[in-house]
Amino acid sequence: MSDDRFATVFPEGERAAFKAGDRVRIATRAPIGHYRVPTYLRGRAAVVEAVIEPAAVDNEAEGFGRDAGMKRHYYRVAVPMTEIWPDYAGSPRDGLYIEVFETWLEEAP
Amino acid sequence: MSGHDHDHNHPHAEVGGEGPPGYYDIMETAVRELLIERGLLSAAEIRRQIEVLDSRTPALGAKVVARAWVDPAFKARLLADGWAACGELGITSYDETAMIVLENTPQVHNLIVCTLCSCYPRPLLGLPPDWYKLKPYRARAVSEPRKVLAEFGTVIPDDVEIRVSDSTAFVRFLVLPQRPAGTEGLSEDELAALVTRDAMIGVVPATPIGGPVP
Repeated sequence: MSDDRFATVFPEGERAAFKAGDRVRIATRAPIGHYRVPTYLRGRAAVVEAVIEPAAVDNEAEGFGRDAGMKRHYYRVAVPMTEIWPDYAGSPRDGLYIEVFETWLEEAP
Repeated sequence: MSGHDHDHNHPHAEVGGEGPPGYYDIMETAVRELLIERGLLSAAEIRRQIEVLDSRTPALGAKVVARAWVDPAFKARLLADGWAACGELGITSYDETAMIVLENTPQVHNLIVCTLCSCYPRPLLGLPPDWYKLKPYRARAVSEPRKVLAEFGTVIPDDVEIRVSDSTAFVRFLVLPQRPAGTEGLSEDELAALVTRDAMIGVVPATPIGGPVP
């Protein structure tokens, strides 16, 4: 449908905020509770490799038995090993790949 | 079984489990009994799920890999949606995970780890090996993967890119190893016999013809 007056409005979070190739930064936060972002990756620059479908509930809320209600996407992101470990021994092309929930990713400047 | 009365000086638990239950044994029993008492789960359901877990072994993963080696269309579907392709071979995912299949090539070597705990594609491979769950592997696989691989006997040339996937949320990973050279004449079953659990984690290649390199 091309008529903007009848365009579908998507709920916040339903559509992926990032796409493959986007440069992002993994947030530096330390909330109390259950979440899935390892400490060694916080604050690291990354590139989005893929959007993981389907959207999923926020495990930070789910871990406490609360249905987060709103779904967002996970992203498979790539972080160069040399970005994580300054003295990394190995090819500079070696990388770490991980799925990160949308609320933990920031647009890289 | 005869008594444990032989003379030696290293401590170990008796196989029969006659000792007092540990902290987590007691916690597991208490939670299980409460769930049953409150009618949230039945003993039969718990026993049945243990049966499901025990029925999943690396042989299922090997079957999937062998099929991907002989059937390019299946391989494309497997790389696009791991669980859907496994379903074609009658292997169901009983949990709510997604599965990404990572293909090893002459240019890229994939390695799987879960730094936070022990995430693993259990519906396809069964229980993970003990070393996969221990901290040395979990910490070192992401910081010095080449050294860890070398300790498994896998030396990756510098011009091959290493991709370590840290499995921490709802995605599980399966490594699709490279098909060994000289296996053109093998049947699908014979190919599956070359695919070990460790090859599907990415710590070793599929077994070459003539057995593993010593």
